[in-house]
Amino acid sequence: MALLARDPRRQPETEARIAALDLPRGGFTRAARAEALARLRGFGLPSRRDEYWRFTDPADLAAPAPAAGAPFDPREAHVFAGTDRLEIVFVDGVFDPARSGPLDLAGVEITRLAEADRADIHWAQGIYGTLEAAGQAAVPRPLAALNTGAATDGILMRVTGRAARPVCLVHERRAAASDAVLHHCIRVEPGAEVTLLETGTAAARLNAVMEVDVAAGGRFHHVRVQGRDHGRRAATHIFARVGAGALFKSFTLAMNGVLTRNEAVIELAGAGAVAHVAGAALGDGATGAFHHDDTVFVTHDAVGCESRQVFKKVLRHGAVGVFQGKILVRPGAQKTDGYQISQALLLDEDSQFLAKPELEIHADDVKCSHGSTTGALDATALFYLRSRGVPRDAAVTLLVLSFLADAIGEIEDEALRQAIVERLEAWLARHRA
Amino acid sequence: MLTIRDLHVKLEDEDKEILKGVDLTVEAGRVHAIMGPNGSGKSTLSHVLAGREGYAVTQGSAELEGADLLAMEPEERAAAGLFLAFQYPVEIPGVGNMTFLRTALNAQRKARGEPEVSAGDFLKLVREKARTLKIDAEMLKRPINVGFSGGEKKRNEILQMAVLEPRMCILDETDSGLDVDAMRLVADGVNALRDAGRGFLVITHYQRLLDHIRPDVVHIMADGRIVRTGGPELALEVERNGYAGILAEVA
Ligand SMILES: Nc1ncnc2c1ncn2[C@@H]1O[C@H](COP(=O)(O)OP(=O)(O)OP(=O)(O)O)[C@@H](O)[C@H]1O
Ligand SMILES: [Mg+2]
Repeated sequence: MALLARDPRRQPETEARIAALDLPRGGFTRAARAEALARLRGFGLPSRRDEYWRFTDPADLAAPAPAAGAPFDPREAHVFAGTDRLEIVFVDGVFDPARSGPLDLAGVEITRLAEADRADIHWAQGIYGTLEAAGQAAVPRPLAALNTGAATDGILMRVTGRAARPVCLVHERRAAASDAVLHHCIRVEPGAEVTLLETGTAAARLNAVMEVDVAAGGRFHHVRVQGRDHGRRAATHIFARVGAGALFKSFTLAMNGVLTRNEAVIELAGAGAVAHVAGAALGDGATGAFHHDDTVFVTHDAVGCESRQVFKKVLRHGAVGVFQGKILVRPGAQKTDGYQISQALLLDEDSQFLAKPELEIHADDVKCSHGSTTGALDATALFYLRSRGVPRDAAVTLLVLSFLADAIGEIEDEALRQAIVERLEAWLARHRA
Repeated sequence: MLTIRDLHVKLEDEDKEILKGVDLTVEAGRVHAIMGPNGSGKSTLSHVLAGREGYAVTQGSAELEGADLLAMEPEERAAAGLFLAFQYPVEIPGVGNMTFLRTALNAQRKARGEPEVSAGDFLKLVREKARTLKIDAEMLKRPINVGFSGGEKKRNEILQMAVLEPRMCILDETDSGLDVDAMRLVADGVNALRDAGRGFLVITHYQRLLDHIRPDVVHIMADGRIVRTGGPELALEVERNGYAGILAEVA
């Protein structure tokens, strides 16, 4: 396909970037890594000229070295500190064994990529780079290919039963110019269930890929909080394949961050599969530049599947929010139920929200809807609350939480939802008008 | 209780004067009614007293028990004891009725230096008040006014009033959109709150509400002014003859 043609203009940059990488040789991943780098060379690094990067400048994500900056240390316990969990800690992308729990959990087998990769065979062989490559079919995602080629660590998790506790990845950033490339593979076996939590900034620059294969009847829950580091830059990709009757749910909270691009590429592959992706992003340009991009591509490839995309952004003082979301319904994917909403709440007139919702439908018996709105706080609602005695700041917080409610509501677990709401309230308290 | 003197109000963004010198005093323990043609400025008066943005006071004063209302934020006015039942109560998706009302009650108590009400006591209080207003407990679990019928919204305003126990209650057309039984419930709710320390300003177009909430004083507002003040018989006159006679008299 034309997209895969080499773009000669980008070759020098792409080669320079690859040359700057410390490429692992790979054991069971060796072939996948080589193929990924070939894909990357074919695509070239992303640039502003690409339609897919029209709203977000990838220069800092593509550059050979990350921009340096002082790490931001809010000195607070992480958001999941109150949850019973198996914790796995990475500092600037490097595993910290001393602070990680033993990788041993009923219902789950976990190893790290850096360790397992020494072996020539591994269960993750059918996943590593495979879902990523499949996710490249419609649009090139060169940063994901780069990740598959260059990932230094990550977790390989096979869920065989009902996980006894959530698995929690803690991503700390300590160095000024750390550049983490992490790649996770998750396989949820038929009927198995797990919750994966992630929290933290990870590095000055993070490139993360998570490939998730949920087999028939499996259930995967993902709740991610990206860290309040103002200087962080991140490109993350989730590639998910959801089998018959299986459930995939992912929620991301992002507060602050100079540049964040979160992509989710989801294939509903078996009849009756369900996938929900949601996100809440809050940015205040007064405390540092903020650019947050959610790019989602959901493919319905089986009968009777349900997908929901719910993305909300709260922006002020020049913060920029981007949403690109697509629902593709393949021929034969009848009885599809697809839904997509992206909304921005602009707390002042300086901020902006750029949205590109797309539907592409090749089946006739489907129900798909999408919507995108940009609005300010409702002055009448604010007055109503205040007229009852609720102070202005508390009233604004209530209205912002009300705006975010649909997205937060995608977190199934009540306690986790509450933990997220507390972080939101704290952020809003720190970022008063 | 409430003393309004020569109040002139214009729109903030336009040179349009809406209130053109309102004088009105509501004494503690008394119920005053305001009637008047559409667009005469009744809601504007209630909004300005409650502190809504978008209006500019160009002259005059409004005091609640001697305190300058116009210098206060809306939430401060509420804590000082002012309550406005809205002509058009606002729907706020995503904020639960109970959360809202408890936040409001405790914020007011905090502002007055009173202890907060515990979750348990609050629940008991609201349940009891809701029962007398025949408001379904299920309804209270929903977001503020979302999916409420017109009449349910008005009853919810009265419930908020009953829970917050303000000293000065302004009701802006709380009777419009109510069926006969609901009107009775609302009136009973208001009457239950009537006492020597509390004042009421009831804005209405219809005598029927005033059959249930018997006013002490009735005012007619026209073109931004109070043009006539009298006893309950004034409302009956309006009901019988409309405003034409009264307006012709004052013109
Ligand atoms: N925010 C505003 N913007 C423009 N015009 C306004 C605004 N508020 C009030 N007005 C105008 O001021 C006048 C008085 O309006 P107000 O709502 O106070 O009347 P009212 O007496 O309550 O009428 P009704 O009986 O119909 O409720 C009307 O002409 C109205 O259009
Ligand atoms: Mg009115």
